[in-house]
Amino acid sequence: MSLARRIIPCLDTDGERVVKGVNFVGLRDAGDPVALAARYNAEGADELVVLDIAASRDRRPTFLETIRRVAAELAIPLTAGGGIRTLEDGRAVVRAGADKLTVNTAAVERPELISELSQEFGAQAVVLAIDAKRAGDHWDVMVRGGRESASLDAIGWARRGVQFGAGEILLTSVDRDGTQSGFDVALTAAISRAVTVPIIASGGAKSPEHFVEIFQHGAADAALAASIFHDKVQSIRTLKEFLAARGVEVRLPC
Amino acid sequence: MKIIIIDYGAGNVPSVERALHRLGAESQRTSSPDCISKAEVLLLPGVGHYAALVRALDEKQLRAPLVDAIHRGVPFLGICLGLQVLFKSSEEASQLQGLNLLPGTVSALPPSVKLPHMGWNKLSAKRDSRLLAGIDAGAYFYFAHSYAALDSTGASAATCSYGTEFVAVIEQQNVYAVQFHPEKSGDPGVRVLDNFLRLAA
Repeated sequence: MSLARRIIPCLDTDGERVVKGVNFVGLRDAGDPVALAARYNAEGADELVVLDIAASRDRRPTFLETIRRVAAELAIPLTAGGGIRTLEDGRAVVRAGADKLTVNTAAVERPELISELSQEFGAQAVVLAIDAKRAGDHWDVMVRGGRESASLDAIGWARRGVQFGAGEILLTSVDRDGTQSGFDVALTAAISRAVTVPIIASGGAKSPEHFVEIFQHGAADAALAASIFHDKVQSIRTLKEFLAARGVEVRLPC
Repeated sequence: MKIIIIDYGAGNVPSVERALHRLGAESQRTSSPDCISKAEVLLLPGVGHYAALVRALDEKQLRAPLVDAIHRGVPFLGICLGLQVLFKSSEEASQLQGLNLLPGTVSALPPSVKLPHMGWNKLSAKRDSRLLAGIDAGAYFYFAHSYAALDSTGASAATCSYGTEFVAVIEQQNVYAVQFHPEKSGDPGVRVLDNFLRLAA
């Protein structure tokens, strides 16, 4: 099997600018999404994710314009999300140039949203974003930017999401997000074993070793990170060379 | 030479247009039978559900002009579902008929692997390929699908392996098709589109 493990930079935006924060709070400006998209496309990113973490109704046209401008820079797939609550929201994001959509809180509140999007765009275009937080012997699904518990078991929700038609899961560890202490291997492996679709691991990445670990022990199909790429703690190219040397199959651009 | 892109509402039309534009090619979207009949070069992008594509071709009465154009020798490039629809039928919607231009059917990839087949994979050349000319044998291409043609009795120029071996590139006279997304496959994908433009010119 020569399906390469994917490295995916993520642009968390306020609709217009890239922002970043620790554990979903304390946001600060981290740059221009279009310039970052062009850089990651050239550095060998396998996909790009753009999220509207503010997702306010009145800023929506701004975010759609950001998607259009980012998509114009890319020769790789683009996933966009944040604030997709209806099929019509999804259509607008696809029309703006996204190849895949992520849904999170709105899908927890109304899982049929996943099927509606999946029927219209295909399962390969619907990414269920799950923010999970350790709660005793299991992981809780968190909603509203990781602030509120949905009182749902993350493994059960992942399985249901796939039944509803999600083609991929973007799994963020709320415990690890922003801490740079490594991906949550136990969480990722548990969800990856529970479902039949690819898993994108997110939250906590800093060192190249963290990426080796999540691919070799966390059964992740892809790994996502934000600030370590924006701040040039890691370049995608050197990260991929490191992974290849450690026996992880990656796509090395020429 | 203008590339006529058959637009049935697939999500990847804008990225295909952008990729062609970067190569300096002129393109036009259409969902009109007349426009397809007059086309010099046809491109059918596709992503999503097989049934959506087949139903759209029939509802918009595009099936007959498309098949006629291909039979007349008009250069054609199918992408993803645009490859799958060339066959007789697909397990994804077995009650519907494909274009039946190639023998064989489209099947589900085996459940032994994670599905969709999503991400970057390599090809295995079956013979000299015009679409893949000048592209490194180890190049990766971006795939996003759960169904594939497992047998094309000779039309296949390259295959890919994921759970099973399936058709990745079709070249038969004026009919070209790829299961991956060249518009999303970085430099090697651009090269595939460029090769097609040269073959069509």
